[in-house]
Amino acid sequence: MSRAPYVRPISAREWVFRHPRYVRYMVREFSCLFIGGWTLLMVWGLKALAEGPEAWTAFLQLLRSPAGIAFQLLTLAFALYHSVTWFNLTPKALPLPFIAAAHYAMWVLLSAGLLVISL
Amino acid sequence: MSKSNKPIVWGPFAAGGTLTAFLIPVLVLLTLLQPQGLSYESMHALAAHWAGKVALAGAIFLSLWSAAHRLRITLYDLGVRADALAAAVLYGATLACTGAALYYLVKI
Repeated sequence: MSRAPYVRPISAREWVFRHPRYVRYMVREFSCLFIGGWTLLMVWGLKALAEGPEAWTAFLQLLRSPAGIAFQLLTLAFALYHSVTWFNLTPKALPLPFIAAAHYAMWVLLSAGLLVISL
Repeated sequence: MSKSNKPIVWGPFAAGGTLTAFLIPVLVLLTLLQPQGLSYESMHALAAHWAGKVALAGAIFLSLWSAAHRLRITLYDLGVRADALAAAVLYGATLACTGAALYYLVKI
């Protein structure tokens, strides 16, 4: 019978700070908390929309509160980081020429289009 | 060997990751700036149309699913080894919140 292999104990949270690459990986992974949280906020907004104009106005005011603005700014920063890392990985998923550039161009067009029709 | 459910959980993750990469930054910018397009009349008109309902429900499901999947993997990376429990809770919460969104959309 062989002995159980030796496993050097390592704190589960310690490895993250061993290398900047691991920290960047974790920052990317933590973007899910903000993107998921913001999406839940939008589900809350649908509830307000179903309740009527006053509830919707209160929801918009909640978004304009200092905490609301801080959360949305953090979400914006993490979401931009998610977009950039996601598009930079597209050549690995789909090895075509200019595939990342095509995604960036589409991203800019879509964002500009949505901004213009919302004004 | 049992069948892997990886394609089932990974498909919506990839779709949601792509959708959120394209849309979340500009949508957050819109909820920050609150232009005319976010008025009650505009948003109600969007959510009252069947195509708007389908688009909103689909986007909410994909966004939440990809966030839940990423959080599940991250919890494992941080040393949480109860993966089956994490998966059940996170995917379950995604389905519950999508269900809530569908309920509000039907009411609109």
